[in-house]
Amino acid sequence: MQRYSIFSLARNALTGHRNWPQAWRSPAPKPEYDVVIVGGGGHGLATAYYLAAEHGIANVAVLEKGWLGGGNTGRNTTIIRSNYLWDESAAIYEKSLRLYEGLSRELNFNIMLSQRGVLNLAHNEHDLKEMARRVRAIRGNGIDSEILTPAEIKKLVPAINVSKDMRYPILGASLQRRGGVARHDAVAWGFARGADDRGVDIIQNCEVTGIDRKGGRVTGVRTTLGPIKAGKVGVVVAGHASVLADMAGFRLPIDSHPLQAMVSEPIKPVLDCVVMSNAVHVYVSQSDKGELVIGAGIDSFNSYAQRGSWQIIEGQMGALVELFPVFSRLRLMRSWGGIVDTCPDASPILSKTPVEGLYFNCGWGTGGFKATPGSGWAFAHTIARDEPHPLNAPFSLDRFATGALIDEHGAAAVAH
Amino acid sequence: MLLIHCPWCGPRDESEFGYGGEADIARPPDPDALSDAEWADYVFMRTNTKGRFKEQWVHIHGCGRWFTLVRDTVTHEHGEAGVFGGVEPEADG
Repeated sequence: MQRYSIFSLARNALTGHRNWPQAWRSPAPKPEYDVVIVGGGGHGLATAYYLAAEHGIANVAVLEKGWLGGGNTGRNTTIIRSNYLWDESAAIYEKSLRLYEGLSRELNFNIMLSQRGVLNLAHNEHDLKEMARRVRAIRGNGIDSEILTPAEIKKLVPAINVSKDMRYPILGASLQRRGGVARHDAVAWGFARGADDRGVDIIQNCEVTGIDRKGGRVTGVRTTLGPIKAGKVGVVVAGHASVLADMAGFRLPIDSHPLQAMVSEPIKPVLDCVVMSNAVHVYVSQSDKGELVIGAGIDSFNSYAQRGSWQIIEGQMGALVELFPVFSRLRLMRSWGGIVDTCPDASPILSKTPVEGLYFNCGWGTGGFKATPGSGWAFAHTIARDEPHPLNAPFSLDRFATGALIDEHGAAAVAH
Repeated sequence: MLLIHCPWCGPRDESEFGYGGEADIARPPDPDALSDAEWADYVFMRTNTKGRFKEQWVHIHGCGRWFTLVRDTVTHEHGEAGVFGGVEPEADG
């Protein structure tokens, strides 16, 4: 791997940038691997990277049916935060945020992490009380969080409307200053390059069509490029977890829904933190290109089509212009949809399964991007040791039988 | 936006309807006999089909009645709505 640095940049500039090597190889699949990872999004690539980097397991293939990061990794609104209520969630999301903080250096790939702060607005008395409880819980877990008054919000975000004659006036907010955004594609590409450098085969345009089992144990996968044997298989396919579980003969507590996001035309810098409102249903940040990046809740119906309905966009635009009247004359440039796998308790599943040697990492719902490195780190441990790390043990599939659910509906960016 | 055919009110915009998820999840006839795993299967596990999927909708901003739809979860194509308990829409006048 050619390291990226000011010197390699200068050297390649002298030759007109014609001699940069490819960031990763595109090998044909081998007949057999120690571990096959299904899904080449951020979480899958992170899993492969940490398998090689932390556990010395490099005879690994990542199978991606499309292109790297072409699913939800490339469709989210790039927000990173760890302000979760329950200890179990706080631990894994904070692990992820800490990995993010060192990731550009670790991967030698600029993921453009910008810790610009994430602001969660409160619009009524109940919101304020719930927020105070939440901030205390978060701080109790050693994670930064603070409460702002409307005057302090206005100082931080001058464009916001804090007047009392809004339909849902802003009464306060919680702020996680270490939260922010990162370049989503770069996270996938950085992990891909790092994994490839350690010997992982990354195979794109290879769709898994079946999971082979013998005597209750996984033996490999069938793909559009032929069968591949595997000692262990890790499935990390946001938006299709139920489909893959069906191939392995069991069901998941998951419903798949469209989640839409959109960007405005680019404008000059106007918003330098992330603003979220659970109550009026919108979240917004401004990208480095100047576009406002906007999202809200899922479409209600089950779907595998990567598109959603118009009224969902209309609803969040109403919320956005109420919070920021100055945005009312902006035009939307693009909108798109991804498919999110939602769990009944709004928490993910990182778990062993009824099939030996088969592991699932799924159910991140609307908020998986922020968890990418932590998820991959814990899932790699789960696969390598055949047992969950304490960080992801609470997120096992059997919590739905034991009743030990981790209810994080309140931690979502917007209510679902 | 989906255009959904309510069995009683005809074609209406999706925004008039509430979504009820997967259809035909029957409450176990003998709940005391169920293991924890069987309860989890009833309460939480879902088929979440990619393709033709039988689901429930309620015309919440219309007649307020529930019905079923078989919809393709990739193309959104769906046929006639079905009604619970065999009550035909015509019979209801």
